[in-house]
Amino acid sequence: MSSPHVNEGFLSAGQQVFQPSAGEDPFLVVDELTVRFPTHDGLVQAVTDLSYSVERGKTLGIVGESGSGKSVSSMAVLGLHDPRSTRLSGSIRVGGREIVGADEDDLRRLRGKDVAMIFQDPLSALHPFYSIGDQIAEAYLLHNKVSKREAKARAVEMLDRVGIPQARNRVDDFPHQFSGGMRQRAMIAMALVNDPKLLIADEPTTALDVTVQAQILDLLQDLQREFNSAIIIITHDLGVIAEMADDVLVMYAGRAVETGPTKLLLTNPEMPYTWGLLSSVPDVTASTDARLIPIPGNPPSLLNPPSGCPFNPRCAHKDKVPGDLCTTTLPDLLPAQVGEDHRRRCHLPDPEVIYGTEVLPEIAPNLVEQHEQTREEETR
Amino acid sequence: MTELRPHAPSTFTSEEPLLEVVNLKKWFPVKSSGLVRRTVANVQAVDGVSFSVPRGGSLGLVGESGCGKSTTGRLITRLYEPTAGQIRFEDTDIAKLSKREMLPYRSEIQMIFQDPYSSLNPRHTVGTIVGTPLRVHDMVPKDKVLDRVRELLEVVGLNPEHYNRYPSEFSGGQRQRIGIARALALQPKLLVADEPVSALDVSIQAQVVNLLQDVQREFNIAFLFIAHDLAVVRHFCPEVAVMYLGKIVEIADRETLYSRPHHPYTQALLSAVPDVKQASVGGRRERIMLQGDVPSPINPPSGCRFRTRCWMAQDICAKQEPPLLQIGPRHKVACHFAGERGSTGHVPITLKALGVNSHGDPVPGEEPMQGLDAPGYSPMFKDRETHLRESEPLADR
Ligand SMILES: Nc1ncnc2c1ncn2[C@@H]1O[C@H](COP(=O)(O)OP(=O)(O)O)[C@@H](O)[C@H]1O
Ligand SMILES: Nc1ncnc2c1ncn2[C@@H]1O[C@H](COP(=O)(O)OP(=O)(O)O)[C@@H](O)[C@H]1O
Ligand code: SF4
Ligand code: SF4
Ligand SMILES: [Mg+2]
Ligand SMILES: [Mg+2]
Repeated sequence: MSSPHVNEGFLSAGQQVFQPSAGEDPFLVVDELTVRFPTHDGLVQAVTDLSYSVERGKTLGIVGESGSGKSVSSMAVLGLHDPRSTRLSGSIRVGGREIVGADEDDLRRLRGKDVAMIFQDPLSALHPFYSIGDQIAEAYLLHNKVSKREAKARAVEMLDRVGIPQARNRVDDFPHQFSGGMRQRAMIAMALVNDPKLLIADEPTTALDVTVQAQILDLLQDLQREFNSAIIIITHDLGVIAEMADDVLVMYAGRAVETGPTKLLLTNPEMPYTWGLLSSVPDVTASTDARLIPIPGNPPSLLNPPSGCPFNPRCAHKDKVPGDLCTTTLPDLLPAQVGEDHRRRCHLPDPEVIYGTEVLPEIAPNLVEQHEQTREEETR
Repeated sequence: MTELRPHAPSTFTSEEPLLEVVNLKKWFPVKSSGLVRRTVANVQAVDGVSFSVPRGGSLGLVGESGCGKSTTGRLITRLYEPTAGQIRFEDTDIAKLSKREMLPYRSEIQMIFQDPYSSLNPRHTVGTIVGTPLRVHDMVPKDKVLDRVRELLEVVGLNPEHYNRYPSEFSGGQRQRIGIARALALQPKLLVADEPVSALDVSIQAQVVNLLQDVQREFNIAFLFIAHDLAVVRHFCPEVAVMYLGKIVEIADRETLYSRPHHPYTQALLSAVPDVKQASVGGRRERIMLQGDVPSPINPPSGCRFRTRCWMAQDICAKQEPPLLQIGPRHKVACHFAGERGSTGHVPITLKALGVNSHGDPVPGEEPMQGLDAPGYSPMFKDRETHLRESEPLADR
């Protein structure tokens, strides 16, 4: 039943050895991306001056509260925003090609082929009236010159690959006949059918139970290892970030507020919003009597974001910044005190010390020593 | 031989439990289509759960979607009619009370829902939403209702002067506070909180969790805290029960349950939770991968309901349902081969309790123990080793 095309798929890609050639640009480069939505109520400043890049074989985790611009920025990467109702500027290069301003035909060739996206709600990506297998086959036919039979065989292989039991018997099922976890897998199968080089997973496991989440995350990692794709995983769960991502981008009010390698950013964070995220979630593995420290207030409106640092209305540390800088001047995204490639957007002169002496002792006293250690290693 | 004492009071506090649930069941009938709609099957949503909640204490109920947590909560608030079992609230069994008989208890047992959007009537002001229970139950004189509403809004951290606003004017976290104010209006002794923070952003979750802890301490309210987030439950509840497919598979104090789980499902569940601290180690934690999906509650597996996904399952698991045996001062587990991961034996610990041999077949002359469905903990119990020692001679027969 296998066709040449099927054999060329990522199923056999595990044998290949990928070596990123030196000096090559990262597969995805987002540069000063700004996205605005004109609405009746005013201009929604959904994403502002956002820059990041992802290499093949690497995973970038994007965290932030709802409404911080995570989905809007990722949809821009697939060229999914309607140019008539969106103002978009900056540059997005995928495999060297510019997405911003590209015409719809070029974008269509890109979507589902080089770049694919999976969503929180699989039903938004799956049509209720077509069988799962037909939808996956259709996505394959769109980008490959194969017969319908071959496409269907490919659908079976994909379903099998994402762990649908008895894929051959389930391929003609409709979405409603699948459980939540199986629908999520089916959507992943569809997203991966054309061996995308970049996969964007927008809260792929938020609606799922932890055991199913663990299966899906494993699956993403396996596929990445086999196929060397770049992955962007959007989530509000710092645990998922810790276990999946090589690098992290923390977003607040449409902007990057802290970026860096995962280990560094989560053990030596230098931005009060990141501290807030870490201190407001309880720990599943440690003793529990410490009170949670919530971030006060609510995320800002993007119609009328606060002046100065967007986090200032909720920030408990702004009195440590001289003058009224926090309320008048937007901090730049500057190199952090600790670690290479670690950047933060905050006026605090010595966030490292504040984190080690004020924040960490409150949220995880047992980690203070380790924090001190990393700090010494990294600053040496 | 130490005997199990079926009605021993909970050892969790010196006080009598506020709520004791015994062998509670809810089966939803599945009807045939056509003119005469016969019951062709039952969704065994909750199938014989027993637990107790101490006055002013918190019991957490965790487990994956569809395991029967919400149904359990709705049975206790009598939003659903129990199919069988007892719900003893301050020594009265409220499971079968009529609507009218139930009325005095309605105010004592309140519920907070997951969705702060759909659980508040969008056409009513906050004052009406929080004030209605006060009026219906004649909690305060009519001309004092507004004062009390203002007080309640203040307690939950909302501006008391916002009583004439509508739910749509509030954020998700604020709406959850309105739901909490409404639940507090009747000064309940028990709050059933069904996923009270799951719909909120993490930073807002912490605000609401802290508020719930404050009101619990201030008003000595007991909580049945239902959530699928294991970290939040560990934080809130000194005592936690794990459900799977309509049954409690393990219940214990939180230290025991999270550090030394004895049921394979609890072990798998805990191993699946991603941990922020993993960042300093790198990579994924070692985890137990469960195969397949949760079976249908319409036709659950015989014997142990977890056996279709359990890596330790033996013959006996298909034949005998493992009873929820107490194996520690505050620890009960329902597994024939209960034990910490890597230290489980080949001999079922349940043989003596069930009067069967290690293949799960009845042993002539041996009677199954009675009273294993009692809620709470007994001061007299056999630990796992004692169960094992008593089981071994039987296994040889
Ligand atoms: N098509 C649109 N028109 C107007 N506003 C939008 C549109 N899409 C998103 N937004 C707004 O942009 C902001 C960022 O949204 P989004 O990227 O979806 O946030 P999240 O971080 O939760 O994914 C939000 O305030 C949202 O309401
Ligand atoms: N009103 C109902 N009618 C029929 N089945 C129901 C009803 N409510 C819940 N169920 C079923 O009962 C089981 C338990 O559901 P529920 O208590 O909501 O689980 P949980 O809250 O743990 O996710 C599920 O299989 C669900 O589909
Ligand atoms: S710049 Fe000021 S307000 Fe913003 S996070 Fe830093 S200290 Fe807080
Ligand atoms: S009783 Fe058997 S099947 Fe059930 S959890 Fe224990 S070992 Fe697994
Ligand atoms: Mg989003
Ligand atoms: Mg529920």
